[in-house]
Amino acid sequence: MSEPAYLLFLGCVIPYRLSSYEISARRVLEELGVKLLEMPDFNCCGFPMEATDYELALTLAARSLCSAAQQGLDIVTLCNGCFGTLNKANKTLKENNELRDKINENLREINMEFKGTTEVKHIVHVLAEDIGFEKIRNSIKRPLAELHVSQHSGCHLVRPAKYVTHNDDPENPTMLKKLIRLTGAECLDYLDESECCGNPIIGVNEEIPFQMAREKLRHVKAVKAQALITVCPFCHMMYDLDQPRIERTFNEKFGIPVLHYTQLLGLAMEYTAEELMLNQLRVKPTELLNQIQG
Amino acid sequence: MSETQEHVLNIIEAEEMNPKFKYELIKKHGAEKLLLCFQCGTCTADCPISRFSDFYRPRKIARMVQLGLKDRLLSDDALWLCSTCFTCVDRCPQNVEIAGIARVLRNMVVKERSAMPLVFEELALNLLQTGYVYKIPESRLRRREQRGLPLLPKPNLEHISKIFEVTGFSRTLKNVKTFGKVKS
Repeated sequence: MSEPAYLLFLGCVIPYRLSSYEISARRVLEELGVKLLEMPDFNCCGFPMEATDYELALTLAARSLCSAAQQGLDIVTLCNGCFGTLNKANKTLKENNELRDKINENLREINMEFKGTTEVKHIVHVLAEDIGFEKIRNSIKRPLAELHVSQHSGCHLVRPAKYVTHNDDPENPTMLKKLIRLTGAECLDYLDESECCGNPIIGVNEEIPFQMAREKLRHVKAVKAQALITVCPFCHMMYDLDQPRIERTFNEKFGIPVLHYTQLLGLAMEYTAEELMLNQLRVKPTELLNQIQG
Repeated sequence: MSETQEHVLNIIEAEEMNPKFKYELIKKHGAEKLLLCFQCGTCTADCPISRFSDFYRPRKIARMVQLGLKDRLLSDDALWLCSTCFTCVDRCPQNVEIAGIARVLRNMVVKERSAMPLVFEELALNLLQTGYVYKIPESRLRRREQRGLPLLPKPNLEHISKIFEVTGFSRTLKNVKTFGKVKS
C-alpha cells in the first residue's frame, strides 16, 4: 500500500507563533508514514473574514479547496479554525446550489471552479481514522505511564455537528481522549470539558476570554492533571501564552503546562524535548519531563 | 440624562419594528430557520460568553430579529461578542442557527453601516498585503530554514486582490469606520 498523502494547510497562527505545533506534527506524521505536501500557494482559510463578509470568506475558502482539488489531494489542517472553516465551506458549497453558483461566479475571475472533489480533515481525524489506533500503538517506544493529563478538543473540531461528519460526539468528544490514552498517559475528565477557550473574541474583548480560560484552568487543576492537551493553536495560545497574564489578572496560580497533542505523542515515540520544541512553551513542563525521563 | 428619560428611551415604539426584516434575514445562509425560535432560552443558558457578559444574549438577538428591531440590533456592539463556539447551534431544539444569525447581522453592520471592530480591519489588510492575517516577520521565516522546515507557501496576492474586488470588500475597507473594544 502506498503511503497516505495530504496537502498541509498550515494556516496563519502556526507560522506566526507556534512552530512547536508544526514541527511536532511533521515529526509524528512522518514517523507514521504519512506524506505531507505543501500548498502550492496560500491564502488565509477565511475564518476571520466570516464576521465581516461571509461571501468573501467563502470565496477565500473555495480558492484553497480548488487549489487542493487541482493537486488531487485531501487537505489536513492542524488548526481547528482552518478545519472548521474549510470543511463547512466545502459541505455548504456541495449542498447549496445557489451559493455555489454565486461563489463560482467569483472564482471565474481567477479561472477556478469549485467542483467539490476534495475533503478536509483535521490532524485528529487523520490520526484516529486514517492511520488508526493500531498503527499509532505500534509506534509507541516509551509509554508515558503514570502521566495524568486532560484534553481540550476545542469547538470547531466537533461543532456544528451537522457539518462535522467524523465519528465523535460533540457533547462528549472522545477521539482525542483515545489518542491520548494510546501514549500510555491517563486522560482525566474534568468539569465543562467542551467549553470554548474564548480566544476568537480576544481582539474585541479580553476580559471575557480571560474569565473563560480561568474557569477552564481551575477545572483542570481540580483533577490534578499534569498538563492540558490541545489540538488548536488558538486554544493553545489562550491557555499557554496567556496563562501568566491570566494568573496575574486574577492573582491565582495555575502553572499548568499546555502541550500540543503531537508533542505528547512525539514524547511517547521517544523524540527528545528539543526535537518537539517543548522549550518553546510559555509554561515550562519541567516536572512532566523529569517524570518521563526519570 | 434623568432616570425617567432613560426609562422612556428603552420602551420599544411600534414604529421601530419592521415586520419585513425577518423575511429579509431568512434568505441568508445560516439564518433560514429564525422564525422557528420559540424563545426557550437554551442558547443563552448554554452560551459561554453570556456567562461572563452583561450584554450578549443570543435569545434576545433572536427575538429582536423576529420583532424587526433592526436599528437596535445593528447599533449594539454586543453582537461582536459571539465567539462562534456553535454550542447554541448544536443545542437548539428548533435547529435555529443562532451563531449564523449573529454572523448575518455582523455582515449587515459592515455593509450597511460601514463599521467593524478595528481588529477585523487589521486582519483583512494583512491578508490583502501578505496572504496571511498576521504579518510574519522575516526573522521567523529565516528561523524556519534553520529548523529545517520547508519554505512557507507563497501567497497568491493576485488572486486575493481579485477576490477582494469581486466581493466588493476592497470598497468596504476604503470607507469603513472602525471601533475598538466592546464592553463585557
